[in-house]
Amino acid sequence: MEKNEIIERIHSILIEEFEVEQDKISPDANLKETLGVDSLDYIDLVVVIESNFAFKVKPDEFAQIVTLHDFYEYVISKINSKKLN
Amino acid sequence: MNRVVITGIGIYSCIGKNLDEVRESLFKGKSGIIIDPVRKEYGYRSGLTGFVDKPNLKNALDRRARIMLPEQGEYAYLSTVEALGNAGIDADFINDNEIGILYGNDSSGKAVIEANDVIRQKKDTMLVGSGAVFQTMNSTVTMNLATIFKLRGINFTISAACASGSHSIGLGYHFIKTGLQDCIVCGGAQEINHLAMGAFDALSAFSINEFDPTKASRPFDRDRDGLIPSGGAATVILESLESAKKRGATILGEVLGYGFSSNGGHISNPTVDGPTRSLYRALKDSGVMSSEIDYINAHATSTPIGDSSEAKAIHEVFGMHKPLVSSTKSMTGHECWMAGASEIVYSLLMMQNSFVAPNINFENPDEDSAKLNIAKKTIAKNINVFLSNSFGFGGTNSSLIIRKLV
Repeated sequence: MEKNEIIERIHSILIEEFEVEQDKISPDANLKETLGVDSLDYIDLVVVIESNFAFKVKPDEFAQIVTLHDFYEYVISKINSKKLN
Repeated sequence: MNRVVITGIGIYSCIGKNLDEVRESLFKGKSGIIIDPVRKEYGYRSGLTGFVDKPNLKNALDRRARIMLPEQGEYAYLSTVEALGNAGIDADFINDNEIGILYGNDSSGKAVIEANDVIRQKKDTMLVGSGAVFQTMNSTVTMNLATIFKLRGINFTISAACASGSHSIGLGYHFIKTGLQDCIVCGGAQEINHLAMGAFDALSAFSINEFDPTKASRPFDRDRDGLIPSGGAATVILESLESAKKRGATILGEVLGYGFSSNGGHISNPTVDGPTRSLYRALKDSGVMSSEIDYINAHATSTPIGDSSEAKAIHEVFGMHKPLVSSTKSMTGHECWMAGASEIVYSLLMMQNSFVAPNINFENPDEDSAKLNIAKKTIAKNINVFLSNSFGFGGTNSSLIIRKLV
């Protein structure tokens, strides 16, 4: 999966599954505050990551994610490390 | 002691998705029973069931609220929106007053099974998502509706098998009568899927008269062979007379009496004594004479033993006066946890529109039902006072008496 494809998929997940308004989505957006994602939504993000990108998120890794850009990079790095393995 | 009145009702059932549709179905004696092929494939003895459409709440509730709601919660949300609208209660009134919720629900089988299927398959509880726990608990309806409507009064679920909805109204009546609350959202919700009812089907309690689904539910009829599971939700807004008058609300009826009892016997076999005590207690609480009851909405589910026992109890208490009796379960099937509330809604619709809905499929009485005055067809009737019975597994009984406000 290419980088752009991953980012587009993340955007479509946020818009369709989490009903985030499109104009709020930018790399600098704070995932928790700007997108209105609360602690329960984090659990649902874990679920959609597993079903869309086929890897399991570890809670301590997820805690490091602040911005949407961090989120892209995290997913990309996990997918790349899976390829290497 | 406060007088307790009903100021709003709402319904989502297999005979209509709102009050207008349901009133029409009741008047015409329309059945909501179908055969569900999924049940037969799943291993049910009987594929008969009531059927309701899955609501589309995408434009009504945000994602967070929607993923918390199990099937019966969706039905209860819709019936409560209708009931609050019917009562003329808006968000400002809810914000300014302490409104409670006491709602009947006794399972969330589909949500429990589906969540555990995910955990068993993925071996990771987190992958079940954040909504599952709030869908699977028995108190799912009250926790969800209290959150959605921002209710700040009494808040808990009543689980009393097939009398849950009726006891919710009985308890709400007491909370208001004693001055603890001024307004409470009462009701009952029932899921209607194949995952929830398999263990009930196992008891051979369901009708297997699949040849004509609309004829299968035949309470009090000599040839009845079992009940038909059904579901949906019904909401009844209770309010103190003082609160209702203060805000100029339309009063649909007054809750005059609540009777209850426990059989103290077998877990599933009914008795005559238990329901009889519940009826006498309701009459005593209401202060009306048995001769003043114009209509009885019977619990009668179409099981051979249950209907006979209720017929005997009704005959013992009302045999002198023979009020009109019908079981609306002949049209709806057995709405279980919801039934005690929906049957108050059905009876109020009859009271408002001056008719008694028919006990459809009542063609030949048996020895016990022959002693009752059962409405075979729709009957024009001015109803001033009605009584509604609900009985459940474990021998829990509830009887409510409602009067047109005079």
